Amino acid sequence: MTQELHTPLPRTSAPRGLRDLGADSPARPVYLALVALTVLAWILFLTDGGQFFSQANTVGILQRSAALGIVAVGQTLVILAGSLDLSVAFLVSLVSLVAAETMAGYGVLPAVGAVLAVSALVGLVNGLVITRLKVHAFIATLGISLIIKGVLDQRYDGPAGSVPESFQHLGYDRVGPVPVSALLWAAIAFAAWFLLRRTTLGYRIYAVGGDPEVARLSGVRTDRVVVAAHVLCALCAGMAGLLLAARLGAGAPTVGSDGGYDLESIAAVVLGGTALAGGRGGVAGTAGGVLLLAVLDSVFNQLEINSFAKDVVRGLVFVAALAIYARRRLAR
Amino acid sequence: MRRTLPIFGVLAVLLVAIAVANPYFLELPGFLAFVKRAAPLAILAAGQYFVIVSGEFDLSVGSLVTAEVVIAARLIDGDPGATWPVIALLLVLGALVGLVNGAVTTFLRVPSFITTLGMMLILAGAVFLWTGGAPRGALTEQFRTFGRGDLGPVPWSVLILLAVVAAVVLLMRADFGRTLVATGDNPGAAALSGVRVPLTKTIAFVLSGASAAVCAILLGGFAGVSAQVGQGLEFQAITAVVLGGVVLGGGRGSVVAAIAGAFTLEALFTLLNLYGISGALESAVQGVILIAAIALGALNLPAWAARARATNATTHTTPDPTHAKG
Repeated sequence: MTQELHTPLPRTSAPRGLRDLGADSPARPVYLALVALTVLAWILFLTDGGQFFSQANTVGILQRSAALGIVAVGQTLVILAGSLDLSVAFLVSLVSLVAAETMAGYGVLPAVGAVLAVSALVGLVNGLVITRLKVHAFIATLGISLIIKGVLDQRYDGPAGSVPESFQHLGYDRVGPVPVSALLWAAIAFAAWFLLRRTTLGYRIYAVGGDPEVARLSGVRTDRVVVAAHVLCALCAGMAGLLLAARLGAGAPTVGSDGGYDLESIAAVVLGGTALAGGRGGVAGTAGGVLLLAVLDSVFNQLEINSFAKDVVRGLVFVAALAIYARRRLAR
Repeated sequence: MRRTLPIFGVLAVLLVAIAVANPYFLELPGFLAFVKRAAPLAILAAGQYFVIVSGEFDLSVGSLVTAEVVIAARLIDGDPGATWPVIALLLVLGALVGLVNGAVTTFLRVPSFITTLGMMLILAGAVFLWTGGAPRGALTEQFRTFGRGDLGPVPWSVLILLAVVAAVVLLMRADFGRTLVATGDNPGAAALSGVRVPLTKTIAFVLSGASAAVCAILLGGFAGVSAQVGQGLEFQAITAVVLGGVVLGGGRGSVVAAIAGAFTLEALFTLLNLYGISGALESAVQGVILIAAIALGALNLPAWAARARATNATTHTTPDPTHAKG
């Protein structure tokens, strides 16, 4: 107890520039781990006769992680606000179908509009159920995801709609060596970083996640902040759905749940040093967490290790990483 | 106690609705068949209750149930002599998984959401790594008796459920129950008053793991061996517990209400089946009911509390009974 009281003091008395750096410090271990894993991957690839830094491999890593990366950016916002969103996986599926069907009927722009509207609506409902009806975020978003799942099961048996050639560029094109999907991810991550570090809403998200009661007493309308975070999270899931529709050339009712975007995005956020209880962490760490998982995947692919072993290693990595974070917090 | 009442009301309404649609439900065999179907989830919910009331989550139980059934099938492989040793092994394994979950959560201070998510991945991966991707072997008739057989007129699973309910009610009335709820309510205060918080939470995880083992034995008998037997059970168990009015975050709720939550969920599935809303829309209805039930619970409480306070105040300030009535 007394330790906790003492630790904030040096940080608040540090100069502003240092404090900004300190605020991002939870991201540091994940990047150290990422560098270590990359070196290990490079060596493993060499012994296996492959090239980790070949263009095909690095582009593949970026392309495969872009969708999860975008969902995880949104998940970071809600987790920082002290909430969480289990509905993103089925929302991604729903949105991919909305996108593909609207594109087949009306064209690309109406489809993007419809996707953003649907996902914003789902985010709004999530936020309102949590704040107005006072349902725990875990239950609220689990309930919403069950509802979306029911709608998907009822209406679709398999892939539906079609995405025009022009829009499929989003999934596969590259600008120089960098895939467009990775640029989209980077743009969304940067926007979220800007929101969190440079805008009032960003500060309020940290405040509400840190201690909702203190935030409320300092004049923050906490409910609005939580709703806004949920809408932004759902919009990110919507963008990921658009990206996946572009890549598949159609909408698919299982693309989100097969990808495990709900639990996997939460795991990536937490791997990036963001506290599950909210109020501490950031987007930079999340990007590191997603890349870490992607590099791990590419190692498994190269060594042709089966997916069951991959699950075991992933589980161990999550638990080990969080155990190390907990050690660090105790040491300080 | 106030929190636990709504669930019994909802359960009663659902049971009446089932009886109206299907009179066979009122006869003993029909009712026992329903209880038999609900027993695995009810036992799993009882285990999840301990973890949730202590302030944690256990997301690993679904994977654990699948793993246990697959392990049982491979180890027994149709040999009747192996039945009892394997059942003992399953129970030990379930408790052991709970012990690891609890130790990692309390001693390594990993949030239980991540600990048990990791355990879920590890178990699902490890068991199919061992069997080569699909379940192998077979369960014996003896093993399956617990899930689908009867002792006289009563199914074994109903007897096992009754034994589990008696055990958990006794446990919650003992000192352990009180320290468990105190731990979930305020771990700091509990620790200061002499509760060994890490030990208490670890025991909660062990109980959850053991209940998953019992659930797996029943489900393996009832539904047979498949790779999907435990799929989604963790969320169903948490849903059942929360429907029973147990608060996520710990410290509030009763184990009997959590078990009633499991029965409510099963009654809901039965009812949806009877009215032909099977499969596709089932999950949507489940989602709506889940949110509605929790929201109603949350909305009612402050109003009730206010009303109770108001009546208290009037009785205190005005001893005149005529005023107190109004």
